[in-house]
Amino acid sequence: MKAPLYLLLVLALIGCSAHQAGDEASSEELTIFAAASLTDAFDELAERFEARNEGVEVVINYAGSSQLAAQLVEGATADLFAPASPAQMQKIIASRRVEPGAEVLFVSNRLTVVVPADNPAGISRFEDLAQPGVQLILAAEGVPVREYTDRVVATMPAAFQEQFYDNLVSAEDNVRQVAAKVALGEADAGIVYRSDLNPDVAGRVRQIPIPDGQNVLATYPIAPLADAPHPELAQRFVAFVRSAEGQRILAEWGFEPPRSGPDGQLR
Amino acid sequence: MVAATLAVAMIAFFVVPFVALVWRAGTLEGEAAAAEPSIASAVILSLGTTAVTVVLIVLFGTPLAYFLARYHFPLKRLLTVMIELPIVMPPVVAGLALLSAFGRRGLVGMPLANLGITIPFTATAVVLAQLFVSSPFYIRAAQSRVESLPREYEDAAAVDGANRWRIFWHVILPQSRAALLTGLILSWARALGEFGATILFAGNLQGRTQTMPLLVYGALERDLRVTFITALILLALAALAFTLTRWLAGVEEEAGDAATFIG
Repeated sequence: MKAPLYLLLVLALIGCSAHQAGDEASSEELTIFAAASLTDAFDELAERFEARNEGVEVVINYAGSSQLAAQLVEGATADLFAPASPAQMQKIIASRRVEPGAEVLFVSNRLTVVVPADNPAGISRFEDLAQPGVQLILAAEGVPVREYTDRVVATMPAAFQEQFYDNLVSAEDNVRQVAAKVALGEADAGIVYRSDLNPDVAGRVRQIPIPDGQNVLATYPIAPLADAPHPELAQRFVAFVRSAEGQRILAEWGFEPPRSGPDGQLR
Repeated sequence: MVAATLAVAMIAFFVVPFVALVWRAGTLEGEAAAAEPSIASAVILSLGTTAVTVVLIVLFGTPLAYFLARYHFPLKRLLTVMIELPIVMPPVVAGLALLSAFGRRGLVGMPLANLGITIPFTATAVVLAQLFVSSPFYIRAAQSRVESLPREYEDAAAVDGANRWRIFWHVILPQSRAALLTGLILSWARALGEFGATILFAGNLQGRTQTMPLLVYGALERDLRVTFITALILLALAALAFTLTRWLAGVEEEAGDAATFIG
C-alpha cells in the first residue's frame, strides 16, 4: 500500500535536482552540438555571446560530427547543430530533426598535413605520406575530415592510394584526437584542418601545407533543431556567428569565410 | 514493504537494460550484418589478443602470486597496492600511463623506438593494455588461494628434496586449480571488455587494433546493426565466463566438502 507513496518520494527526489538547476538559472541554456574542429572558435564565440546576452549560458557538446549526428538521430536534445560537412546535416534532415532549408553554411576550412615538430619521418610534402613505413593517423571513416581526406586521396595515382592507406595505423574518433596524437609524437603524420593548429598543438607540430589546387574545401553548416527548446536564442546565436564579429573570431582560429563547396551547397 | 519496493526497483534497473539491448537489436532490420567483415576481424582480434594475454598472465602472474603469498619483504604492502590498483583505476588513465611508458616518446618506448620497435597502434599494445588492467584479478585470486593453503605440505616436500617447481606442480596446483581458473576467467573477461586503455594506447584500426568493444563504440555512428550484434556477442561471452566461474565455485565447494568428509 505504501509502495506508490514511496516511489513518489523517490521520483520527487530525482525531480528535485532537475528543478534546482532550473531555479538557480533564471537563465536560459543554449545547447549546441558542434564539430570537434570548432572547439576553440566556438568556445570564444560562446563566451562573447554570453557576455552580450545576460542570463544566457551556452553549453557545447563537441565530438566528431558523425558521432553528434548519431546522438541526435537517437533523440538527444539540442538547440543547434553545427557539423563539419553538409552530409552530416543531411542525415539529421533525413531523420526529420532539422527542417529542410533551415541550415546555412557559415564557415569553411581546409585540410593540412601535420607532423611532430621534429618530423621523424622527414615528410616535406603531401606525396611523402605514401612512403613506406610512414605511420599515418587519420580520423575514422564517416568523420567529415576523413571524407574530405579521402576525396583528396582519390585524385592521386592508384599506387599512392594503396600505400597511403597501408600506412594508416589508427582511425580516430574525431579530428582533435588525430592532432593530439601527432602532437604527442606517437605518429609520423596526420591530416587535420588548418583550424586545428590551436596554440596548444601548434608548438608541438609542424604544418606541411596541402596546396589549394590539391586541397578540398570543407564547408560547415549550422541549423536549429526542429524541436529546439530555445529556438529564438538559437537564431540569435546563428546571426552572431555570421556577423562581422563572429566571422572575425572564426578567421582568427584559422577558418575561411563561407564559400560554396564542390557540391554547390550554399544557402 | 518499502525494502521490497526498493529491491524491485533495483532489480528492474538491472534487468531492463539487458532486455532493451536484446529488444533493440531485434528491431534493427537488415540481414547481412553478421557477414560484415569488421565484426569478423574484431572477433578474431579480440579472441587472439585475449588468448595471448591469458598465457602471459599465467606465465608471469603465477610466480608473482606465489612470492606474494609466501614471502614477506619490505614495501610488500606498497607493491600489492601497485599491482591491484589497475582494478579500480580508470582505464583511460591506465592507457595514458602505458603511453607514457611505452609510447614513442615514452620512458621505455623511446629507447625501443631507437631500436626500431614501436608499440603504440599495434596488436602488442592491445595485449599490453589488456595485461595491465586484467592480470590483477588472477594474481589476487592466486595469491589468496596459496595463502590459504597450509605451509606444512610444501615444507615436507622441500625436506624430501623437491625443488620449487615440483612443489608448485605437485603440491600447490592440485589444490588450487579451481581458484586459479576462476581468477583467470575473470581476468579474461576483463581483458575482453577492455576499452579505455586500448583506444588511447593502441588506437583503433580494423583488423589491427579494433577489438570488439572498440567496434561497438565505433560502429555506433556508422552501422547500428554492427554495434548491436557485436555487443550481443560480447554479452554472450561475458555470460559464458560468468557461468564457468559459478560452475567452478560449485566444483571447489564439492571438493572442499569431500576433503572435510575424508578428513
